[in-house]
Amino acid sequence: MFAEFMQYLFTGITIGATYALVALGFTLIYNASSVINFAQGEFVMIGGMGTVAFMHMGIPMFFAIILAVALACLVGVALQRLAIAPAKNADVVTLIIITIGASIFIRGVAQVVWGKDYHVVPPFSGEAPIRIGGAVLNAQSLWVLGIGAVLVVALILFFSRTLMGRAILGTSMNRLAAQLVGIRTQMVLMLAFGLSALLGSVAGVTIAPITFTAYNIGILLALKGFVAATIGGLGSGVGAVVGGLLLGVVESMTAGYISSDYKDAVAFSMILVVLFFMPRGLFGARVVERV
Amino acid sequence: MLKQFLKWRLSGLIVLAFITLSIPFLMDNPFYFDMATQIAIVASTVVGLNLLVGYAGQISLGHAAFFGLGAYFSAIATSRFGWPSVIALFTGAAFVGLLAWIIGRPILRLKGHYLSMATLAVGFIIAIIINNQSGWTGGPDGMSVPPLGIFGWELSTFSVYKIFGFELQGYVAWYLFSIVVLLLAVLVAQNIVDSPVGRALRSIHGSEIAARTVGVDTARYKSLVFVISAVYASVMGSLFAHFTGFITPAIADFDHSILLITMVVLGGMASPMGVILGAVVLKLLPQFLTGFQDYETMIFGLILMLTMIFMPKGLLPTMIRILKSRLGARAGGDA
Repeated sequence: MFAEFMQYLFTGITIGATYALVALGFTLIYNASSVINFAQGEFVMIGGMGTVAFMHMGIPMFFAIILAVALACLVGVALQRLAIAPAKNADVVTLIIITIGASIFIRGVAQVVWGKDYHVVPPFSGEAPIRIGGAVLNAQSLWVLGIGAVLVVALILFFSRTLMGRAILGTSMNRLAAQLVGIRTQMVLMLAFGLSALLGSVAGVTIAPITFTAYNIGILLALKGFVAATIGGLGSGVGAVVGGLLLGVVESMTAGYISSDYKDAVAFSMILVVLFFMPRGLFGARVVERV
Repeated sequence: MLKQFLKWRLSGLIVLAFITLSIPFLMDNPFYFDMATQIAIVASTVVGLNLLVGYAGQISLGHAAFFGLGAYFSAIATSRFGWPSVIALFTGAAFVGLLAWIIGRPILRLKGHYLSMATLAVGFIIAIIINNQSGWTGGPDGMSVPPLGIFGWELSTFSVYKIFGFELQGYVAWYLFSIVVLLLAVLVAQNIVDSPVGRALRSIHGSEIAARTVGVDTARYKSLVFVISAVYASVMGSLFAHFTGFITPAIADFDHSILLITMVVLGGMASPMGVILGAVVLKLLPQFLTGFQDYETMIFGLILMLTMIFMPKGLLPTMIRILKSRLGARAGGDA
């Protein structure tokens, strides 16, 4: 009974950490440019599939991962520069459709270049599972949680200690004012997209040994990331992490105790329940609208 | 004269009627009629969705769920309980309208992206339920639907009808019927837009707080238009079910929702003819791209992205602007 519960908890936290990273990347772009980026999941896909492809070329795993993450960052920057920046005066919903188009395009390219098969990425270290209270914890789960935690701490330091990080924060607060004090906001926006791609692709690589990877895994992960970010409150970093972990755990508990058919339904019901009582999510900022 | 015609509020409807009714003279392949009928049904759906997205400025990422609910309501009521199609269609629409009203009140309080996420969630939940209640819906395998019966008269694509001595193929009859529905859908939408309700909706799009300040009951109008657009989707879902004779949960899923809103935005928000053009383009494009095989997805995404980047206002408004500036330039040259 207790072992079962612990098992669901471990599974939930592992997948939740992935959702949290996707949600963080999404929040980063949303804050810097108020764009809802539907192509977020494709970064996750590039992380996993890129690693598989580079390893296939005979490159050692460690370097293959670095190349895959770099590729994702490049795609992220290109997305901002070539698709979002030229349409900066467009309607919110037009921007959403542009990112949906980009997501379909990236998926299409991946399908042509990398094929339609499912692939496995080998675990980062030995496969010996750890037993805690009768439940099994994969070594790879520890990698997911560890790398996730390191990235979150690194992000906090980046935004509080470095000039670059503060430039992004400044731009997200008020783009015009940021320009006035000499911040090159176009560079900042590209950086935000690149960083966001970094978070997504790292999440994609670390989870790939557990869940398999394929050219079309992006869209569902992007949606889960949105759910996590919305539950936490759009634009809040803490919210993204809490929302991601919460979503992962609730999903895994539903699949375990109720029915795996309705696991996604419960995830989406959570949005409605949270928004019903807290229209701005758990940690969302109060925004005053100017008329 | 052309300029005056462009200004007249029903000019679009006349052009639409002319184009759609001349099509049967230009083609005789049943496959083309099947495609054209599907396009007309989906176009009517997006004309309704446009009221919500284009005029009131509220984004729905879950509208296919209402389409699916209407389709499955008709399918189950007619095939399992033997209800007449017309009664099933209207009861289904009333049920979906009520549902939209109940979920619309709390959802529409939400602003901007929270609203999109909530509609996305509602759409997903409904799609998952349809998928999993296989006892009723046949699950992922889908279910078959009897042909549409109108007061004892059965409209089926496989029949041949005799009218005033003319022989009319079933698929042509269905096409003509779907065109009548489309023209009605546009006429109703146009009247809503030109009424005080339409003005209230556009004021909400401009600025919700400003609209409330001048006394527009924004909550009421938003849920009204949400219900109207859901009822549009439900009715068209019912017709689609009877037309194709077989439905699967795919008609209610997220991809279909995204396709519907893309038709609105690509064709031109707040322009009934524009969104119909959007429906035509997005339904036909995959047909033309099948030749590219593996490259199909990639090219589709690229076209979608480029069109929205270079024509953010949508296809038809951009085309009309170019046409108008040409006309204006010529008039200036003559004078």
